[in-house]
Amino acid sequence: MQHPNRLWIVYLARAALFAAAVVMAVAPMLLATRDIAILTEFLSLLTIAIMWNLLAGYADIVSVGQHAFVGVGAYALFGFAAIAHVDPYLAIPLSALVALVVALPVMVIIFRLRTAYLAVGSWVVAETIMLAAGKLSAFGGGSGISLPVSVVRGFGSRVTERYATIYWIAFAVAALALVATWLLMRSRIGLGLTAMRDNEEGAGVVGVNLIGLRVLCFLWTAPFLGLAGAVITLQKLRVSPPASFSIIDWTVYVIFIVVIGGIGSFEGPIIGTVVFFLIREYLSEIGVWHFIILGVLSIAVVLIEPRGLWGLVRRLLPADVIPISRRRRVRR
Amino acid sequence: MLDLTGLSLHFGALRVLDGLDLKVERGEVLGVLGPNGAGKTTLFNVITGVHRPTAGEIRFEGRVIGRQRSWTRCRAGIGRTFQVPKPFTGMTVFDNVLTAAVHGAGLSFRTAARRAGETLELTGLASRSELEAGALSLLDLKRLELAKAVACGPRLLLLDEIAGGLTDRECGTLLSILTTLREREITIVWIEHVLHALKSAATRLAVLHGGRFIADGAPETVLADPTVQDVYLGAVD
Ligand SMILES: Nc1ncnc2c1ncn2[C@@H]1O[C@H](COP(=O)(O)OP(=O)(O)OP(=O)(O)O)[C@@H](O)[C@H]1O
Ligand SMILES: [Mg+2]
Repeated sequence: MQHPNRLWIVYLARAALFAAAVVMAVAPMLLATRDIAILTEFLSLLTIAIMWNLLAGYADIVSVGQHAFVGVGAYALFGFAAIAHVDPYLAIPLSALVALVVALPVMVIIFRLRTAYLAVGSWVVAETIMLAAGKLSAFGGGSGISLPVSVVRGFGSRVTERYATIYWIAFAVAALALVATWLLMRSRIGLGLTAMRDNEEGAGVVGVNLIGLRVLCFLWTAPFLGLAGAVITLQKLRVSPPASFSIIDWTVYVIFIVVIGGIGSFEGPIIGTVVFFLIREYLSEIGVWHFIILGVLSIAVVLIEPRGLWGLVRRLLPADVIPISRRRRVRR
Repeated sequence: MLDLTGLSLHFGALRVLDGLDLKVERGEVLGVLGPNGAGKTTLFNVITGVHRPTAGEIRFEGRVIGRQRSWTRCRAGIGRTFQVPKPFTGMTVFDNVLTAAVHGAGLSFRTAARRAGETLELTGLASRSELEAGALSLLDLKRLELAKAVACGPRLLLLDEIAGGLTDRECGTLLSILTTLREREITIVWIEHVLHALKSAATRLAVLHGGRFIADGAPETVLADPTVQDVYLGAVD
């Protein structure tokens, strides 16, 4: 290795990551309600960012319609919990299932397209699903509807208790997304995806099933996006087409996050989400400017280092902070 | 083993392959010659499924494969190198070859790791195995192309100009690698401009020109053919 002396930085970063995970696991016992709410949003956005990175960064499916699955998850949660009176805790995994089911026909449509056509196609499909959701009168039509108090109570009768419960659900969803996707990347599938990221034609001729992996990635991301949608709904306590299917919140910001953090790396979306929240929390008083800062930062990153902030840092480090290569384990 | 009949590939008005026929028998080392732009690389692209043929039939071990995807053909036993290397730049050299062994040969991680190690040893890349492929020199990238193709465990191996730029000693090493591969009963089709290398390895030569093979047979016969000397050797010298 070129930089054996810098290995301690990698170990330090791993320790910091572990410490952050531990703190986050017990955050409701440490932090004020306002901060817990922000952390809940952080975890939802992190989940969505991990998924968009998998699609766009590895499988070359540059979709700008993934917010559709967040919205579908949101509406499914409302449908099960408020209309069908299913146990609200059961409604959460069911919303993942609904997102997965909706992903099947969507996939059939957008996989006929490539590159820019796929981007436009995915956006059109997402718009259509949102418009359809706005026609559902049981879901408040175009203006949306609040979760009934009885459902909300299910997550805690006092406000602080409810915030903590929803936070832990968001934590569980993000942890599941992170760990499951990490395991995926360490499997033979991840090896193929990384090869595909680097050279599609080269991957094809060494036996990597490009279509199979694309299908798998698309179907992998949908239920996690549905879960994120369910968590977001629990936090906002209502569904509505423009908020639940927000292209700005669940796609545009997510693209900024992944691009700034580092597309096509496991660490990228994590770093990007942290940077995004720092900018949002500390620069939000300057209003729309923080949006412009994000845009300029993304463009700067793309021009200077297409692999994002993580790409810059990774050049100085001898190893990944979250190792994906299994070679050391299989060697013996 | 490989049977091409009436194979054509047109890029718009450009007829790169034009009703070409070729038979490759098991155990052969077929050398393919032809001037620049003759369509040699394109021929490999059609055989491996990078391009769909405009017309004609491709049979591999008796099966029609002309509509199969590139990864299906790889798993069926066709390995290839690219003239312009296509490394997985962000992965280590070892993981590049491991990917081929896992996906191309369908091996478990454990067996694939052993296969990758052996293949890197064979191709002289063992000392580079922990480097990122993006950091390799062109020569090493060509070795990596060979290593990836071999790690797929092919029965038919298509080599596209892997001897260019080698010193005499390196060329000797390459030829001994090819001998090892032949001992593993791998059939080889080798596109090469480095004639002396090709002559010492090939059991048969074929010359591509104008979208078809204009000569095909024993190396001495083909090289002595006046048409071949005209279109190919004349063009090179
Ligand atoms: N994807 C493509 N689209 C359009 N034209 C192409 C494409 N690939 C190759 N060609 C053209 O087909 C012709 C044959 O190219 P090819 O690369 O097969 O030649 P070659 O025999 O391998 O030459 P060389 O000895 O230089 O490697 C060239 O005129 C090339 O420009
Ligand atoms: Mg060529």
